[in-house]
Amino acid sequence: MGDSTSELSVQNIACTRGYRELFTELNFVLGAGQILRVEGKNGSGKTSLLRILAGLAEPADGKVLWQGKGIRHPENNYFQSMLYLGHKPGIKFELSPLENLCMAKALHGSKNENGIEEALYQLGLYGFEEITSGNLSAGQKRRVALAELLLTNARIWILDEPYTSLDVVAIAFLEKLFQQHVQAGGMLVITSHQPVTLDGCDHQRIVLPATELERVA
Amino acid sequence: MDAKLSTAFWALLKRDLRLAYRHRNELLNPLFFFVLVVMLFPLGTSPEKELLMTMAPGVIWVAALLASMLSLDTLFRADFEDGTLEQITLSPHPLSVLVLAKIIAHWLVTGFPMILLAPLLAVFMYLPDEGIGVLMLTLAIGTPILSLIGAIGMGLTVGLRRGGMLLSLIVLPLYIPVLIFSANAVNTYLADLAIRGQIYFLMAVLVLAITLAPIATAAALRISLE
Repeated sequence: MGDSTSELSVQNIACTRGYRELFTELNFVLGAGQILRVEGKNGSGKTSLLRILAGLAEPADGKVLWQGKGIRHPENNYFQSMLYLGHKPGIKFELSPLENLCMAKALHGSKNENGIEEALYQLGLYGFEEITSGNLSAGQKRRVALAELLLTNARIWILDEPYTSLDVVAIAFLEKLFQQHVQAGGMLVITSHQPVTLDGCDHQRIVLPATELERVA
Repeated sequence: MDAKLSTAFWALLKRDLRLAYRHRNELLNPLFFFVLVVMLFPLGTSPEKELLMTMAPGVIWVAALLASMLSLDTLFRADFEDGTLEQITLSPHPLSVLVLAKIIAHWLVTGFPMILLAPLLAVFMYLPDEGIGVLMLTLAIGTPILSLIGAIGMGLTVGLRRGGMLLSLIVLPLYIPVLIFSANAVNTYLADLAIRGQIYFLMAVLVLAITLAPIATAAALRISLE
């Protein structure tokens, strides 16, 4: 289990899109071994919140702290501890799954010893590693991006709709992976329109635009 | 550079070169444009040797400048659209260094071939043999500057759907000193005068661009991604 200082804390953040206010005064703390599920209808700011947490966007107001310091603080290793997978594929269709994952590994400077072949095998992409990713199906492309989860040492996973175009088997595999990650002291922020079943985990949810966390039984 | 940063740097450079190779048809467009503009020039003016000789450095440089601007779109556009640019930004390594890897890869596939094509075009334009070396020298110093400055403009406009016009408005004024000093260096050399001043100026701009452009591009990209 992680120490108490390794927590992601959100203080009074607000987000606006154009003239529209999506949410204001959002506060929460996400500690080791906790899951936060972000819910809300289309356009309620789920993706915007995740992009703020990932450091891709700046909140209109308030701040996001990692271990008590701003996420861009030079002494902070936030970007080594965080993995964000967004709506966009995040992989190059012209490159093979193997090349894509080699690149991802080099970019995030991951010390994880898990082999790339092993990760592809676990996600059912064995035999597809040398094929151009553009020729894979939508679900398979998604699996290539998600294979990064097996290669990373990141403590915080921020996943925007990870289940899109995945089949039942892949979803079950991911849920097991999330459980392992959280039980090992990791953190998970996730949005999904599909029901997420994560038994035995410290599971909270926030329904935008409400700013109160609820604990899921 | 620590070991991990250099791994990321080389991986990104290699990735961009590999992507460029898989899109080689797209890559030929700016080079084709470069050659065509110079080849059509004598047809539109006159094939007289004296006239073409005096115009040669200017024409070749203007064509190189426009071809380089045309190719800028390939620098960040595709990465922006498929989300890999987000992943690059979120890497724990300094974005400016990673951006430099992308700019170098871009120069290797656009600027560098133009230097190699220049002697051929110089012959089309009756540029005297002794001028060819200087022309290639100015292109060797100048085209990296074009890629570096262009990256800043591209970083600023990558999030806009029709950023092409804005890109040329931002980038062209910054390209002009390079054009003036390069074309002038070749002409001055052919008049048997010293060109050290022009070359020093271009080198100074190159050093300035290498140090500052990646930082400015990184900042521009962060704004575009928001």
